[in-house]
Amino acid sequence: MMLKSLTLLAALTLAPAAHAIEYRSVVPAQSRIGFEFEQMGVKIPGHFRRFTAQMAFDPAKPQSAQATLEIDLASIDAGSPEADEESAGKLWFNRTAFPKARFVSSQVRALGNNRFELRGTLMLKGKARPMVIPVSFVPGKTTAFFDGSFVLKRLDFGIGEGMWADVETVANEVTVKFRIAATGK
Amino acid sequence: MSLRYTAPAVVLHWLIAGLIFIAFPLGVYMSDLPLSPTRLQLYSYHKWIGISVLLLVGLRIVWRLTHRPPALPDDLPRWQRAASHAVHGLLYLLILAVPLTGWLMSSAKGFQTVWFGVLPLPDLVEKNRELGQVLGNAHQFLNYLLLALVILHVVAALKHHFHERRPFLQRMGLGK
Repeated sequence: MMLKSLTLLAALTLAPAAHAIEYRSVVPAQSRIGFEFEQMGVKIPGHFRRFTAQMAFDPAKPQSAQATLEIDLASIDAGSPEADEESAGKLWFNRTAFPKARFVSSQVRALGNNRFELRGTLMLKGKARPMVIPVSFVPGKTTAFFDGSFVLKRLDFGIGEGMWADVETVANEVTVKFRIAATGK
Repeated sequence: MSLRYTAPAVVLHWLIAGLIFIAFPLGVYMSDLPLSPTRLQLYSYHKWIGISVLLLVGLRIVWRLTHRPPALPDDLPRWQRAASHAVHGLLYLLILAVPLTGWLMSSAKGFQTVWFGVLPLPDLVEKNRELGQVLGNAHQFLNYLLLALVILHVVAALKHHFHERRPFLQRMGLGK
């Protein structure tokens, strides 16, 4: 036991850098992708229950970090069963044609204090739009968290066409708020 | 003692009556609409009116607790006197309970009520679909009960006024 502790201590002391961990495995159970929009001045929270993410992030080398995220749009909770159902239709996600949303990173820039700027492309309803997403890195013992929120305009992706294009009823701005949990070694 | 309600009571009575007269058919109409921006707008208007009624009936009840309503005619049969008190009491109760159950239902269904799209009201209960259903049914039931009592209230007032030729409508500010 004593010997084990000493070996561990030696290993820790001799390790080249304390943060040479690369985070590669996303933990879905501790991750969350939520959003909020305004409807007649009322804030409606929602989230997606199913998504997959691949990532590689080494805090020592943020510029080489990568992230890909795929959201199953059928797993939406848009605040009410009626809204969930409505969101599948042609005017909204057109889910039969475009069942998934996909984000692919292109560049990560360190801003200091564990804050990063993630650039990439969001593909939604057949439209690809560049995104700049601020991310906070929250290191933990075994699991680290990547938190962020940003505002996207639903009409940039044709989400809510026709009668729903009126932003007085359903606001154009949608705040996306996420927490991605990942483990690494 | 005056045979008329005071001006604040009269104004509150007709304001509340007018708002209920709009909110009730609006509620019946909107709940059958398919989801659309129009439906969302009408729901908001309905809730704004309901909260306004709640506020006004609060004032009305304060008035009632601090004033005596004009006396009923001495020769009015006892059972009618008793019925009048019961119906008025129930009307106050229902005009409170109907918007309250609406507000509660909205909270339970996960939609905060934002009065006139400006003033966010606290959610009275947590989001809970089953509770939302129960409150929705209660809201509907209380509304139909209110409708029945309003009809009784109006018919009784008109009967006293026109059939018995007593100056009843004057009590609530109509005519001289």
